[in-house]
Amino acid sequence: MQKVVLAWLTVGLLGFFALPWYAIEDGLWNFEWLIEGSLLDPDYASGALQFFVGDTIWLWPIALFLAAPLTVIKQRTDSARFYNTLIYSGGLGLLYVLIQGFLVGIAGWEYAIADSLFGELSVRQFGLGSGALLVLSALLFQFTNGLAAKGVMKGDIFVVGAIGFVIATVLAFVFFPVLGILSSAFQNDDGELQAALFLGKFFNANIWGLGCLSNGSCGVAINSLMLSIMAATISTLFGLAFALVAARSNLIAKKPIRALSMLPIITPPFVIGLALILLFGRSGAITQFLEFAFGIEPSRWLYGLPGILFAQVLAFTPITFMVLIGVVDGISPSMEEAAQTLRASRWRTFITVTLPLMRPGLAAAFLLAFIESMADFGNPLVLGGNFEVLSTQIFYAIVGAQNDQSKAAVLAIVLLIFTLAAFFIQRKWVGKKSYTTVTGKGDSGIHAELPKRVKYVSFGIVMPWTLFTIVIYTMVMFGGFVKTWGLDHSFTMQHYIEAFSITSGEHGLVWSGAAWNSFLTTLNISAISAPLTAAIGLLVAYLLVRQNFVGKQIFEFGTMLSFAIPGTVIGVSYVLAYNVPPIELTGTGVILVLCFIFRNMPVGVRGGIAAMSQLDKSLDEASLMLGANSFTTIRRVILPLLRPAIFSAITYGFVRAITSLSAVIFLVSADYDMATSYIIGRVENGDYGIAIAYSSVLIVVMLSVILLLQLLVGKRKLHRDNA
Amino acid sequence: MSAHTNAASVEFRNITKKYGVVKAVNEVSFTVEAGSLVTLLGPSGCGKTTTLRMIAGLEQSSSGQIFIGDQEVTNLSVMDRDVSMVFQSYALFPHMSVIENVAYGLREQGYNKKDAYEKAEDGMAMVGLSGFGKRMPNQLSGGQQQRVAVARALVLKPKVLLFDEPLSNLDAKLRRKVREEIRELQQKLGITSIYVTHDQEEAMAVSDKIIVMNDSVISQHGTPHALYEQPKNLFIADFIGDATLVDGRFISANESHVKLHLDTLEVELPHRNLPNLEQKLDIAIRPHAISVHTQEISNSIKGKVLKSTYLGGHVEYELETALGVLFAVDHQAVSAIPATTMVSVCIAQQGIALVGG
Repeated sequence: MQKVVLAWLTVGLLGFFALPWYAIEDGLWNFEWLIEGSLLDPDYASGALQFFVGDTIWLWPIALFLAAPLTVIKQRTDSARFYNTLIYSGGLGLLYVLIQGFLVGIAGWEYAIADSLFGELSVRQFGLGSGALLVLSALLFQFTNGLAAKGVMKGDIFVVGAIGFVIATVLAFVFFPVLGILSSAFQNDDGELQAALFLGKFFNANIWGLGCLSNGSCGVAINSLMLSIMAATISTLFGLAFALVAARSNLIAKKPIRALSMLPIITPPFVIGLALILLFGRSGAITQFLEFAFGIEPSRWLYGLPGILFAQVLAFTPITFMVLIGVVDGISPSMEEAAQTLRASRWRTFITVTLPLMRPGLAAAFLLAFIESMADFGNPLVLGGNFEVLSTQIFYAIVGAQNDQSKAAVLAIVLLIFTLAAFFIQRKWVGKKSYTTVTGKGDSGIHAELPKRVKYVSFGIVMPWTLFTIVIYTMVMFGGFVKTWGLDHSFTMQHYIEAFSITSGEHGLVWSGAAWNSFLTTLNISAISAPLTAAIGLLVAYLLVRQNFVGKQIFEFGTMLSFAIPGTVIGVSYVLAYNVPPIELTGTGVILVLCFIFRNMPVGVRGGIAAMSQLDKSLDEASLMLGANSFTTIRRVILPLLRPAIFSAITYGFVRAITSLSAVIFLVSADYDMATSYIIGRVENGDYGIAIAYSSVLIVVMLSVILLLQLLVGKRKLHRDNA
Repeated sequence: MSAHTNAASVEFRNITKKYGVVKAVNEVSFTVEAGSLVTLLGPSGCGKTTTLRMIAGLEQSSSGQIFIGDQEVTNLSVMDRDVSMVFQSYALFPHMSVIENVAYGLREQGYNKKDAYEKAEDGMAMVGLSGFGKRMPNQLSGGQQQRVAVARALVLKPKVLLFDEPLSNLDAKLRRKVREEIRELQQKLGITSIYVTHDQEEAMAVSDKIIVMNDSVISQHGTPHALYEQPKNLFIADFIGDATLVDGRFISANESHVKLHLDTLEVELPHRNLPNLEQKLDIAIRPHAISVHTQEISNSIKGKVLKSTYLGGHVEYELETALGVLFAVDHQAVSAIPATTMVSVCIAQQGIALVGG
């Protein structure tokens, strides 16, 4: 215990005395200050020296908080003096650093009231830098060390620290920005709180209008709601059809159908919409064929509700399928057999037993698709036309000519209300009602055959859908080799050359293709964020599955919450929150990495929970009994057994980072452009060729990464089931 | 509900069930008399559950014929067979209340809600669960769930009632009680019942007749008494009630009995007209027929204690004798005789059976 306390003490003092306190213009990893400037330059000075070079008198007390543990380091760790010193110095120090950070901003006092209390302040503060980061971590962990010494979590220093770390980061990178956007909706242009203003903006015909019922156009919230309900309903039904075919028929194509469900994972969100344009747009292949063969005039029907709905159903059916296949597989065969021995026909068995048992699963699939549809940004952006939905309107409110932050905030609140409501219903109501009926005990037996009508309907959905999906992906793969869609269908490599050419210049190879910049950035950022996402996701899963603590449910809720926050909202809130001190990240790569970590964390958590629940707790206990601490236990026992789950969490984190668009589009900068936002830019210019070529490259890259990782995991998999 | 008038016999004629090339059930024939309870007994994988499921119609036989009463049902679907089944997992519908579960079959048969619920209440009264109708299955204990499953099957007044290891999810104490209840109810209603289990004690306790299956065929079919006293083969002798198998030496035979030597003991057993007794005498010795004594006793054989285990009510021994290693259970013992002691081993006549048939 003393060692850990000393280690953090050193880290904290190092941060305070030796590293730059404020963020350096060119990023965290810039070490220019080591050579050129010195710590005496106000821009680079450490917290301790700021007092001399920058008049920041309020930084000095931090040293006291940091050094306080030194006074008790010789004490017994279970003495009240020891742990109370740690708890108070850590906790109050943390508070102090944060308060000073929020109080004093780029132009002196952040709040007018401080001016009148303390007088004008001429000193400015910028965002916190590497020194401040170390100081904050040190204070946080001294606080948790103190709690552990007091006996919290059976005195497990690692577990308390982990919980503290997760809570702190989730607060900083999920709750802080989202609360920020909520409060900005209540502020007027001068930053004053005005509830009436908010109400006026919130209850607005542009948002809630029902004009479309009487030949006008509806409010944007109503549009989104209609779209999401339709998309969720249809994709749930389709997903059910797929699940029934895959689980309950003797079709040879069962495996390929399951493989199809992989597709949306590796497909950037707008690619389906893009392919639909190439097929059904004004100069699309099918449109042109129809005109040629039947003289049907090309129209713009695709742009608007029908097109978005079409694209979303195509994109979300595999997602609902993945939920429902588990549900269909999970129904105990003896339930259906019992119904049959009780004289129910196949149809009646399906209606009275199979379907009701699936009801919670259907609801879960519906809500998931609903959230996805609400949050979808790519397809409405590409296919929206005049049909306005919340996610795109938030975007236009920020980036458009209007640049109306409070309008964006109000729309974001509306969007959040919808998705959070769905999330709540899912957790509170559906989550508890699940009939996981396969008990494992005495559940041999065979599933009832599907009633004929159900079977025919299912096949009627699955077959054309599959065919169409194949057509779409063929389009995506080969669309990039065509000169100009609809006009000139001759073969060309021109788009690929334009995007990915490498020329040899004076100084060796030059990555001259237009796409290289964003492509390499994307790979870079994704590769950095994927392992971090997996790590924090699995850490949270470990805490949830293996540890019991007060407020665990709230903890779980907080970590899963970001799943229900649409990317657009995250994007806007990150821009608003991290544009100003104390955390200044706009325009950096760090903001992208953080965004990916906290957006994709719930998936890692869920995967980790599933995998960890399979591991008998006695394994950990055996390790603890043998004298290992929890950290060693995780490293030596749990992680090796979880290797497949780790790999899939990393894969997923990587792929999600590459395909992400909605949040990213707000956070990219000239230095850090991402593939998806680059492609969308091209689509908006009508550059379909290069957009589709780039998309196909992304899909191929992700597919190879997935296959490569699976190959790696497959070889090292523990063959416990063969034992 | 009074005595069951609906009871019908069940007959298998040369039934085979193949999964691919594997024969789960091979050329099996038997008859179950109307109103009796017959147990399908055997180790796991012997084909007993498949046999039961073929009676229910949940599996289709590959060849052969099945009759229920006078009617051939080989190709009839489950719902047309007039049989009910109590599942191992009970298979209570978790989304329906208890009364809805019990009334489910009646509703499917076309009863209106009121009549169905009335009959369902009767059924629940029969298994002692009156007033539990509104509960959900997960609010009941394991034993109660099991009774609901029985009531749900009974209210349809099926020609045949099937039980698929109905007690396996109950704890040991409850098992004994419930099996008695099932037997009582079955006898009261006179309903033809077929019962699958792998527990021979359970089978002995509830059955009119037992069909022992092994390796996809019937090993022996008879009353519990016949199976125990006249095992047809070594498998039965060992499976029903444990036995050590030894060789006897033939001395002589008359019309009804055969005289033989077991080491130095002379024994006379009914020979049931078994052939080739002169060449081979397979003898099963029941563990509880053996008593162990430290003093010299007449009419005993010499032995040495290899291992002794004190279990409170009785002592288990492994004994080395000229006949081979014998397994013995001594219920009279006050304390265990330690290993390596030289002992006299007595074998009671009624614990010795001639194997064959």
